Amino acid sequence: MRHLLSAADLGRDDAVLVLDTARELAAVSGRAVKKLPTLRGRTVVNLFFEDSTRTRISFEAAAKRLSADVINFSAKGSSVSKGESLKDTALTLAAMGADGVVIRHGASGAPHRLASSGWISAAVVNAGDGTHEHPTQALLDAYTMREHLAGGAGDLEGLRVTIVGDVLHSRVARSNVLLLHTLGAQVTLVAPPTLLPVGVESWPCEVSYALDDPLPGTDALMMLRVQRERMSAAYFPSEREYARRYGLDARRSGLLPQHAIVMHPGPMNRGMEITAEVADGPRSVIVEQVTNGVSIRMAVLYLLLGGAEIE
Amino acid sequence: MTYLITGVRPLGGDPVDVRLDGETIAEIGAPGTLPVGDDRVVPGEGRILLPGLVDLHTHLREPGREDAETVATGSAAAARGGFTAVHAMANTDPVADTAGVVEQVWNLGQSIGLVDVFPVGAVTVGLGGERLAELGAMAESAAGVRVFSDDGMCVSDAVLMRRALEYVKAFDGVIAQHSQEPRLTEGSQMSEGELSGRLGLRGWPAVAEEAIIARDVLLAGHVGSRLHVCHLSTAGSVEIIRWAKSRGIDVTAEATPHHLLLTEDLAATYDPVFKVNPPLRSAADVEAVRAGLADGTIDIVGTDHAPHPVEDKECEWAAAAFGMLGLEQALAVVMETMVLPGRLDWAGVADRMSTTPARIGRRTGHGTPIEVGQPANLVLVDPRARAVVDPAASVSKSRNIPYAGRELPAPVVATFLRGRATVLDGELVGAGPGAA
Amino acid sequence: MATRVLDQSEIQRALSRIAHEILEREKGADNLVLMGIPSRGVPLAQRIAERIRTIEPGAEVPVGALDVTMFRDDLRLRPARALGHTVVPPEGIDGRTVVLVDDVLFRGRTIRAALDALAEIGRPRAVRLAVLIDRGHRELPIRADHVGKNVPTSLRESVRVRLTETDGADEVLIGQDA
Repeated sequence: MRHLLSAADLGRDDAVLVLDTARELAAVSGRAVKKLPTLRGRTVVNLFFEDSTRTRISFEAAAKRLSADVINFSAKGSSVSKGESLKDTALTLAAMGADGVVIRHGASGAPHRLASSGWISAAVVNAGDGTHEHPTQALLDAYTMREHLAGGAGDLEGLRVTIVGDVLHSRVARSNVLLLHTLGAQVTLVAPPTLLPVGVESWPCEVSYALDDPLPGTDALMMLRVQRERMSAAYFPSEREYARRYGLDARRSGLLPQHAIVMHPGPMNRGMEITAEVADGPRSVIVEQVTNGVSIRMAVLYLLLGGAEIE
Repeated sequence: MTYLITGVRPLGGDPVDVRLDGETIAEIGAPGTLPVGDDRVVPGEGRILLPGLVDLHTHLREPGREDAETVATGSAAAARGGFTAVHAMANTDPVADTAGVVEQVWNLGQSIGLVDVFPVGAVTVGLGGERLAELGAMAESAAGVRVFSDDGMCVSDAVLMRRALEYVKAFDGVIAQHSQEPRLTEGSQMSEGELSGRLGLRGWPAVAEEAIIARDVLLAGHVGSRLHVCHLSTAGSVEIIRWAKSRGIDVTAEATPHHLLLTEDLAATYDPVFKVNPPLRSAADVEAVRAGLADGTIDIVGTDHAPHPVEDKECEWAAAAFGMLGLEQALAVVMETMVLPGRLDWAGVADRMSTTPARIGRRTGHGTPIEVGQPANLVLVDPRARAVVDPAASVSKSRNIPYAGRELPAPVVATFLRGRATVLDGELVGAGPGAA
Repeated sequence: MATRVLDQSEIQRALSRIAHEILEREKGADNLVLMGIPSRGVPLAQRIAERIRTIEPGAEVPVGALDVTMFRDDLRLRPARALGHTVVPPEGIDGRTVVLVDDVLFRGRTIRAALDALAEIGRPRAVRLAVLIDRGHRELPIRADHVGKNVPTSLRESVRVRLTETDGADEVLIGQDA
């Protein structure tokens, strides 16, 4: 693996390797000295064109626990013109000797441009690009499911996952559908027709317009953030109607089987797609997802940067 | 300077010798029967002679975006592509919505003298889609504008489109519509379909093009005007044009070279050189466009040559400008997709790329038959030469060529503008930038 | 072409002798922890712990596993490799005598990495090293306290330890590298 741009870059064995590596590295976070020397002397740049404190901190912690040097570059609100922004920033990073670049950008495909342009020779990790993908989120989601529902080992064969919300604009949904399919899980997407992308019938998953139907057969329920602004673009008529038809409340939580877990990539719109009661309830593993994020990102950085450079 | 083109096949017919003297075709005879005299001999054996190509849809960017292209560099690219006339679209800065601006572009083209530059006038003031521009003044100006277009923008207001169609009847003008329903395509980046959903790029649905074309052909039929549809890209659009023509509606349609060759799969590279409006479509759409061009439903090829400076293409997809260059490779792409597979013969090429565009633009003097006494606007074509497309070799100021690295025909040997060679041995001659 | 230098019974005897030596040196089984280095060091450590149980009934020596991949000094020479499993016994290693167990002692770099890995987990009172085979060619000042068999080799040769738990049979082979 030279870069991690899309969940589709990972075959089953690669994905399981990441999960297994993360499991070993999770132990480090429990020790008094949370450090491994593995990436000492390597420079990892967090190139965040979109605001995201949570993800950036997660990558920063991951890199530092592996003893890498971390440089944070935040370009949100920069007045640099659109064209110079990505290329000139990349050339500056190359001059600084970046070994790895973690990039979050508002435009789908920006990490691909960075990786294929020849402006830098560093390994590129996609931390979220537009509405396209967020592969490390999918990995930490799969890890969380594996720990709770598959004994913490192997793949996710036969696991039933339901993902609910604004699939059309969700990079988390795209990456999850791809990765979960690779790991053998069965995925059902639930959303109003306006929030499903054209061509979703060809995705490796089921689709339902009604949330209640798949719940009794769901092992892991993932709620996606739905932005209130979508209402003004006529994707749904009102917050109230959305919450009523697609929101997760105590009643719907009660339809889930005993062992089921509730997940959310964050940040949450409490009261919109999920009630506070369920978000803070016993099924919720939302906080754990964040912890797992660091281990997963340590695993990804180790696998991309810890060994010889792959041509 | 007089020229003798020897042993050449006009429109693919039997070989003849052709002598150009002054601005016209002076003599045509069986090979070897014409006295040579002082003529510069241009070998035409094994080659095809076509009327000089006429582009109804070019962006020369001057005035206002001279960082991307100028009338001079655009003319050079056109001549090298075998064109003797181009229609320069109005979305310049300032917009060509007055007699003053169109005359400026007209004069520039004349003084450079590599191709005839016919300015296109905007339909609405500032391309704002709200008020008609002074179409009459532009028609009566020295530029003699006959083609009006807000290209880049769609005249989406139905009433305004109706008025425009009616108004230009007075001076035999034509409205050339960029068919794109604006509300259905807000923020669109590539063709809407399974791929756009997967790539996370907002889709540009086919219906946004087809719905406007359907409305416009019905309007044109209702008010008895002629209509020209720019750069159509979908199978559905071809069907609508076919239907409209079967009802006797006076509509002409145009397709770009890139919509004859390239499909939306190229967007998966996220390389903005493939970002264009209307977007690249599916393989089925490309096939329908080829079939439409072959059977004449699509009347002409228009390049939609759209120069952009490097920084507007060397960035993430969403930030990149829409558009591809087309003048230098247009004939090569038509040969590759239509002539070589036997779907269009040389007479067909002359019709789609010269005679009919000239007719739509009401430009006598171009697209004329290759006969004694006719203006010597000609292009000499090598049907067999091929080369790998190298953007660095372009004479345009921009480099956004989507065929880079692809092997295509390299057909243009010589171009003549009213008897004067603008291109010889494949390279520019004399006046104009980048000349040999 | 491979030569067998130890067969199953010879391996058994070597491990028994190592178990006796450890008990003799440490004067009993108190405060001992055996840490096997994956992959074959782990079953070897388990066998030694079982021998100790046989020799001194009631002596339960904790057995753990210590993966040293993240501490190796040669990571950049090959693509990133999968990690082995680390198990720290519940009693920990602080103040205890840790006996590292590995199958082959060669250049010494793995053991150097193991010492660094141990330092991240805690502070043992002492660290000892027990190996089944010592093949020589040390590049660092590292030596084993307990050796099953000394097998001088040339650098062109390879030593392969096979164990029932991991490879289906017990034997030690020496072969020529291609």
